[in-house]
Amino acid sequence: MVSRLKQLVAYALSPLLLLSFVGQNAHAEDAHASGWSLLNMPQGVTSVSNDIYDLHMTVVWICVWISVVVYGVMFYSMFAHRKSKGYKAANFHESTTVELLWTIVPVLILIWVAFPSTKSLIELYDTTEADIDIKITGYQWKWQYEYLGEGVEFMSELTTSEPAIYNLEPKTEFYLSEVNEPLVLPVGKKVRFLLTAKDVIHSWWVPDLGVKRDAVPGFINETWAKIDEPGVYRGFCAELCGKGHAFMPIVVNAVSEDEYKTWLAEKKEAAAVLREMAKQTFTLEQLMAKGEVAYNRSCAGCHSGNGEGIPGAFPALKGSAIALGPVAKHLDVMVNGVSGTAMQAFGGQLSEVDLAAIITYERNAWGNNVGDMVQPIDVLKFKQGQ
Amino acid sequence: MAHGPAKGIGRWLFATNHKDIGTMYLWFSFAMFLLGGTFAMIIRAELFAPGMQLVKPEFFNQMTTMHGLVMVFGAIMPSFVGLANWMIPLQIGAPDMALPRMNNLSFWILPFGFALLASTLFMEGGAPNFGWTFYAPLSTTYAPDTVNFFIFGVHIIGASSIMGSINIIATVLNLRAPGMTMMKLPLFVWTWLITAFLLVAVMPVLAGVVTMMLMDINFGTSFFDAAGGGDPVLFQHIFWFFGHPEVYIIILPAFGVVSAIIPTFSRKPLFGYSSMVYATSAIAFLSFIVWAHHMFTTGMPIAGELYFMYATMLIAVPTGVKVFNWITTMFRGSLSFETPMLFAIAFVILFTFGGFTGLMLAVAPADIQYHDSYFVVGHFHYVMVAGAVFSMTAGIYYWLPKWCGKMYDETMGKLQFWIAFIGFNIAFIPQHFLGLAGMPRRYADYALQFSDWNMVSSIGAFMYGAAQLLFLYNVIRTIVAGEPTSEEKTWEGAEGLEWTLPTPAPFHTFSTPPEVK
Repeated sequence: MVSRLKQLVAYALSPLLLLSFVGQNAHAEDAHASGWSLLNMPQGVTSVSNDIYDLHMTVVWICVWISVVVYGVMFYSMFAHRKSKGYKAANFHESTTVELLWTIVPVLILIWVAFPSTKSLIELYDTTEADIDIKITGYQWKWQYEYLGEGVEFMSELTTSEPAIYNLEPKTEFYLSEVNEPLVLPVGKKVRFLLTAKDVIHSWWVPDLGVKRDAVPGFINETWAKIDEPGVYRGFCAELCGKGHAFMPIVVNAVSEDEYKTWLAEKKEAAAVLREMAKQTFTLEQLMAKGEVAYNRSCAGCHSGNGEGIPGAFPALKGSAIALGPVAKHLDVMVNGVSGTAMQAFGGQLSEVDLAAIITYERNAWGNNVGDMVQPIDVLKFKQGQ
Repeated sequence: MAHGPAKGIGRWLFATNHKDIGTMYLWFSFAMFLLGGTFAMIIRAELFAPGMQLVKPEFFNQMTTMHGLVMVFGAIMPSFVGLANWMIPLQIGAPDMALPRMNNLSFWILPFGFALLASTLFMEGGAPNFGWTFYAPLSTTYAPDTVNFFIFGVHIIGASSIMGSINIIATVLNLRAPGMTMMKLPLFVWTWLITAFLLVAVMPVLAGVVTMMLMDINFGTSFFDAAGGGDPVLFQHIFWFFGHPEVYIIILPAFGVVSAIIPTFSRKPLFGYSSMVYATSAIAFLSFIVWAHHMFTTGMPIAGELYFMYATMLIAVPTGVKVFNWITTMFRGSLSFETPMLFAIAFVILFTFGGFTGLMLAVAPADIQYHDSYFVVGHFHYVMVAGAVFSMTAGIYYWLPKWCGKMYDETMGKLQFWIAFIGFNIAFIPQHFLGLAGMPRRYADYALQFSDWNMVSSIGAFMYGAAQLLFLYNVIRTIVAGEPTSEEKTWEGAEGLEWTLPTPAPFHTFSTPPEVK
């Protein structure tokens, strides 16, 4: 505690603070050891992130040198030219030479900075000749990753529990930066990201990759990364997207090309199994059990765990006309969403099994007791019938 | 002519006197400053430790939004309008503002605008929760119904600003005393004249963008909805076309105040007066053509990114000129460090630091990492708080004796300065670290590696908040029980027409224009 305090004082009060963070270079994962050492941008693991880091340091040093001169003159005056010391004021108030000089010199410095900046930006924008295309879709409040041309897609959601967030359970190491399924990428391959969103604007940011790009609903943005080192890289949503903004982290698992291929084959197989499952028939108990899990993961964020919603913002499902009314309307709302509101179209986000389970759960939980159930095949038929 | 102010509440309700209206603006803005500050304290208390302790994320978002809106539109902008009302007629030798009744209207609609905005806190659905930049579609399709109150609130506030600006332009261009040529105007008048033109140019743009939102929300248009042929990024272009000049609207009058105070306490004329005027004009012009540097991650074409990067970097040049001029004014002066000077010096130091981080942010590839992180939060608080608010505080201590004929307590003033200065830096320096380490802004909760610096930042914020209560105490104490002073020139080194008037300044001044040589 005492050493922490010392550090606190040293960092917070040192007038040379700018200098103290220069040269520090904490790696993202090591940084977990101590928050105090987190002072500077990570260098990252892509050529772009390294360029950005170099550029950042160049500008930091320029600022440090200018500030030494500017603050130096200022502090010298404050010490030497005091009235209390009897210093008599001079009376000069202009000098064309000096004024021209401090206009031209900054222009030259800026031109000097503009060259590497332009070069980096051109590199950053070059999304051609990618080896792999990943479509990233932002939702309130999770990410969907789609490996284009591979038939593999999944949702990546926060796994930190609500009790941990509300301090009822201890917080684990990767509190708020852990997900159920990370984005798996091979190292040494140029990966193009195609970003969009389904509801509001999100922004996909992984500092170690030097990537931050907005996911704008209705538009596709492009950026790319070629990861040099295997590892787990964590990031966050950077554009305010509603109440779950802080709760939709990003985890990228960079692996060797062989591991990536094995992983991709497994994912394809799992996708086939899931498609098969959609043809099965479940009992009410099975659907309710699956439904509770899926509901809490995908729906409780807005409609809350007890189905009562948030008054004025998100409607209650407990006793609602849709949950108690005809199945067809309930299916329509779940699959297609409600345009003009925050209710998303879950048809493309969730499997038929999950959709069927959630609908069944909503019709029979919290005192709702319609008594009927929806099978995955009903969802499939509904989707195909549209 | 020599009649005094009206008696009772009528004096304030029907006020047409620039000093009374200025006073009302200043008190109103201070009330808003405390309200916005309360929101900030809630934010920092919640972020003191990881986990949700005090509020829910949806309320946290309302706090960040209301904090920004109240501080920008309720605290900083009206406070400088109040200062303009008080000082511009005194500094140019005018009997009053050119349009006194409009002056009354522009003040009195403000409380209604903010009542509309703040009333949403007590409504179902809550206050605006989409950030003070209110990006669509979070602020349209996905907004609570109370967004309509926000929209009309902004309309009213905007109308007030436009009227205030027209009044300032009319006053400065028409009511200058004989011999007060444009290039003799005190810099505070110059910076406000330029600011007023910026306001007249961009407040209608803000009104336009909120009206487009109103249409999207209630009348089925799709300006910002891709599904109907619109574009969410269009919102950002329009917003920032207003929003970037807006930050200069906030900071230019602050430049003016500091340009008055530094020469006074350096006992030496301002260095480079004419280059100050040109630099201010250059900054104002550039402020119109750099807006998309707030949007480097939206996926603009590279040509756009490059243009906005170069144009933004250019702002460093006239801004640098200003800083160099202030420092050269101090150089070989005969310096003393009364409270206004302390705040003015802190302004130069900290605003320059904010300028450095601004230059860093201008570099588009690096901005990919800084954007929407706590680094940006740190940066703009250095400019908005250590810039605008410090300069405002300096201005109030500087002119308060002239206004009320009482001297503030120097020890208490200095105490407030040191608590504010230290608290401010403890609050905002760590935010730069947090941003560089990867913490996004507007986060209700954060990963564990960000805990330490967040705690430090919160402690600093509480300190800074406490300093404002001391400020309130100091001002009230000065007015009620300050030592009376009747010296025309409160400060030995002060120059300008306001210091030729009796102290306290009479209700009517310069009924006969002074002669300026």
